[in-house]
Amino acid sequence: MKVLVAVKRVIDYNVKIRVKADHSDVDLTNVKMAMNPFCEIAVEEAVRLKEKGVATEVVAVTVGPKAAQEQLRTALALGADRAIHIETDERVESLAVAKLLAKVVDEEQPGLVILGKQAIDTDNNQTGQMLAALTGLPQGTFASEVAVDGDKVNVTREIDGGLQTIALTLPAIVTTDLRLNEPRYAKLPDIMKAKKKPLDVKTPADYGVEVASKVSLLKVESPAERKGGVKVASVDELIDKLKNEAKVL
Amino acid sequence: MSILVLADLHEGQLAGATAHVVAAAQAIGGDIDILVAGEGVQAAADAAAKLDGINKVRVADNAVYAHQLAEPMGALLVELADGYSHVLASASTTGKNVLPRLAALKDVSQLSDVLGVESADTFLRPIYAGNAIATVKSDDALKVITIRTTGFDAVGTSGSATIEAVDFVADNSQSSFVKEELAPSDRPELGGAKVVISGGRGMGNGENFKLLNGIADKLGAAIGASRAAVDAGFVPNDMQVGQTGKIVAPDLYIAVGISGAIQHLAGMKDSKVIVAINKDDEAPIFQVADYGLVGDLFEILPELESKL
Ligand SMILES: Cc1cc2nc3c(=O)[nH]c(=O)nc-3n(C[C@H](O)[C@H](O)[C@H](O)COP(=O)(O)OP(=O)(O)OC[C@H]3O[C@@H](n4cnc5c(N)ncnc54)[C@H](O)[C@@H]3O)c2cc1C
Ligand SMILES: Cc1cc2nc3c(=O)[nH]c(=O)nc-3n(C[C@H](O)[C@H](O)[C@H](O)COP(=O)(O)OP(=O)(O)OC[C@H]3O[C@@H](n4cnc5c(N)ncnc54)[C@H](O)[C@@H]3O)c2cc1C
Repeated sequence: MKVLVAVKRVIDYNVKIRVKADHSDVDLTNVKMAMNPFCEIAVEEAVRLKEKGVATEVVAVTVGPKAAQEQLRTALALGADRAIHIETDERVESLAVAKLLAKVVDEEQPGLVILGKQAIDTDNNQTGQMLAALTGLPQGTFASEVAVDGDKVNVTREIDGGLQTIALTLPAIVTTDLRLNEPRYAKLPDIMKAKKKPLDVKTPADYGVEVASKVSLLKVESPAERKGGVKVASVDELIDKLKNEAKVL
Repeated sequence: MSILVLADLHEGQLAGATAHVVAAAQAIGGDIDILVAGEGVQAAADAAAKLDGINKVRVADNAVYAHQLAEPMGALLVELADGYSHVLASASTTGKNVLPRLAALKDVSQLSDVLGVESADTFLRPIYAGNAIATVKSDDALKVITIRTTGFDAVGTSGSATIEAVDFVADNSQSSFVKEELAPSDRPELGGAKVVISGGRGMGNGENFKLLNGIADKLGAAIGASRAAVDAGFVPNDMQVGQTGKIVAPDLYIAVGISGAIQHLAGMKDSKVIVAINKDDEAPIFQVADYGLVGDLFEILPELESKL
């Protein structure tokens, strides 16, 4: 079975972002970029399926600018076999990403597609679900456990009240939650080897997909800044403040 | 304009989140219908009919909608969406699971986690873990939106809308329900609680989380946790507060043994009053706390419980 993983280049999760002075967007000049943490988990899961002999090939795909090839190389160093880069400098929004991924699914016919549940920049949490709808494949979102069993996959999902397990027919779409696995670090020899692994470059036009969106970004602002308050010296003072100053007790 | 709101269910009953989503629908303006879908959901439909400002409640009561699996729910929404200008759901795990399918099949974008309404086509939503707020305008014919419930005050319950059955039955041969492990709790839901007390890695282990129980009982609080506490296995995943957990905005949030990582702050920094208890006086949580108490939580918690 072939496994397709979608990875996205995003701002490193440790970076505190700033809004541009003209409020047109956030300022991403010279900030550290990395693979979306949920996508790292997706790659790790695919590689583990291969190590277990369930998957035969792992293909990583990204949609983004030239620089996004760094994240594909990371995926290759972590154990993916080959990569597809759909190159565009446009702002590509979830629906268009899902349409492009649907074309790749058509072409590659994977048994399983693994995506992150959300990208930590836009926090949309929708690409995997859209891909499932467009391909007509079943979905297991927010997965904390994925167990392939013959022509089915059992997915345990993190839902608001706890955990839910569902069974899906294969092929299927899975999106990862944080506790699915702990991604490994790439070792230096693997990073070197990854440079020689195949990486195909395509464009949205190759797939006949129009990436323009009907959603426009009017402005970006900083949220109301929260100011630190005071330190209290004792439990008694805390209770007094909560009762008499904040009036929440 | 007319708006369809997908009701949230909690163990078959109408969840509190729905009243907030209706408030968001009212801010957009127009006729508001509610869709209640599931199996054995008459009581939830009756409760939905009492929400203020509802035109009608549409009920799809069928075994295929049990557990609100994504595939049949998506098909149902596609079937019903015609004629509506907006379809809304809360940004719960159900809303997030189902709504993008409707958007994709209608070839429109989805706006996720909307926390403010500027007009019928312009909305505010958080990006980068809430460190920036984007104003976005959608020119799609159908607007598909998930609502961050903390952004809207719940509507009242003095309504009496009509209830009408939906006949459409989706078929589903692709996904099936296996089991659910729901954490039983007699405490208020995290999302709706007026007071939340959360523990972090500093709690040390799951047993120590019991130190929070007595205080939570006295304050009628829900108990939350940081991701570190959940990852370490101290408490179950549904207690996680943060960018990738639950978003809360109670009147009072008490963070105990939590350092204050941006991903955690993303889930609680809109709380009205924040209290931090931490032994490290440099912990970043103090930068957002209204009241900080530096010290050992193992001494402070018992004292706090006895003095409340
Ligand atoms: C109003 C608006 C503002 C935007 N602002 C910005 C901005 O400031 N900066 C910016 O860089 N982009 C911006 N974008 C584009 C945006 O970052 C995303 O590329 C797009 O929205 C995809 O959704 P997501 O990554 O949030 O999806 P999610 O549904 O949150 O992502 C889930 C998963 O989908 C997969 N996935 C998502 N995108 C890709 C991809 N490109 N390639 C491969 N797999 C992918 C990954 O597995 C990911 O984990 C904006 C878009 C809109 C509509
Ligand atoms: C993609 C991504 C998503 C994430 N999403 C979330 C999320 O949704 N929610 C979330 O919470 N985190 C999230 N995280 C993790 C986040 O970055 C932090 O690692 C996490 O919040 C740290 O938890 P903590 O504060 O409990 O632990 P730590 O940072 O280890 O802090 C423990 C604190 O306890 C204090 N302490 C220790 N012992 C005592 C004592 N005896 N008395 C008093 N104080 C004591 C210490 O001084 C310290 O400040 C995410 C990370 C990533 C990469």
